[in-house]
Amino acid sequence: MLAPGARVRVRSDWPEFRAPAHIRTPHYVRGLTGEVVRHLGDFANPEDLAFARPAAVRALYHVRFDMAAIWQEADRNGAANDVLVEIFDHWLEAAP
Amino acid sequence: MTVLDADGERLLVAVRSVLAAKGIATPAEIAERIAITDRANPGQGARMVARAWIEPEFRALMLSDGTRAAESMGIPMRGAPPLGVLENTAEVHHLVVCTLCSCYPRAVLGYPPFWFKSAAYRARAVRDPRGVIAEWGTELPPDVKVRVVDSTADYRWMVLPRRPAGTETWSAERLAAIVREGDMIGVTVPTPG
Repeated sequence: MLAPGARVRVRSDWPEFRAPAHIRTPHYVRGLTGEVVRHLGDFANPEDLAFARPAAVRALYHVRFDMAAIWQEADRNGAANDVLVEIFDHWLEAAP
Repeated sequence: MTVLDADGERLLVAVRSVLAAKGIATPAEIAERIAITDRANPGQGARMVARAWIEPEFRALMLSDGTRAAESMGIPMRGAPPLGVLENTAEVHHLVVCTLCSCYPRAVLGYPPFWFKSAAYRARAVRDPRGVIAEWGTELPPDVKVRVVDSTADYRWMVLPRRPAGTETWSAERLAAIVREGDMIGVTVPTPG
């Protein structure tokens, strides 16, 4: 279980280029580092549910990313805006 | 012919017949579910917001377990995805979007507004949230952080907006009447009418 405040990196994986896929991890955060805000619960993996395959139950986290780091541009409005994204644990790895 | 080429009405009749024949869902259950979906409207979320502004215990419940908070007000949540509620403060303003599709807390807000599903809103909200909400006339103080909530998986998210100044003596009914669907998405903030 990942604790709130843990630094995590979203895997830079692109399953949609290998086979038909249903992915709930937005492309714009893949490969980026964020911070776990909290564990939201455990849910059957939608990547399998979408194809009627047996689906393992996975931990789902709210992960926070700085908006300026995502788009690699100065924040458009001065304030340090950010983005909260729901991400399943198999997409996350420990980050320094 | 594949299922994608089938006439929608005939396909629906066929699927409903199979669901009934297999004992998965009766026509009455499907009719009840459609009625619940059609009845859901932003007034339900607005009642929750108004109560959270008045009752600290309800506010705490709503922020920790939105589904239970909605059920406690008689809103049908059975079969709906879990509801999460994020509170706007003097420091943080939330804006909800679903960049991947159109996830929306229908159980408490009803059908989403047309723009919520548009490619333009979904693409722009995560990159230029202040520019997007400015198009609704929403101006936030420069030191307020905008936190975009990308609704990507199993939860559905609604915003608990800040209670406007000058409404301290208002009843729950009067408060609920000024809370609009945009306030609970985050594109607008409630203003005393």
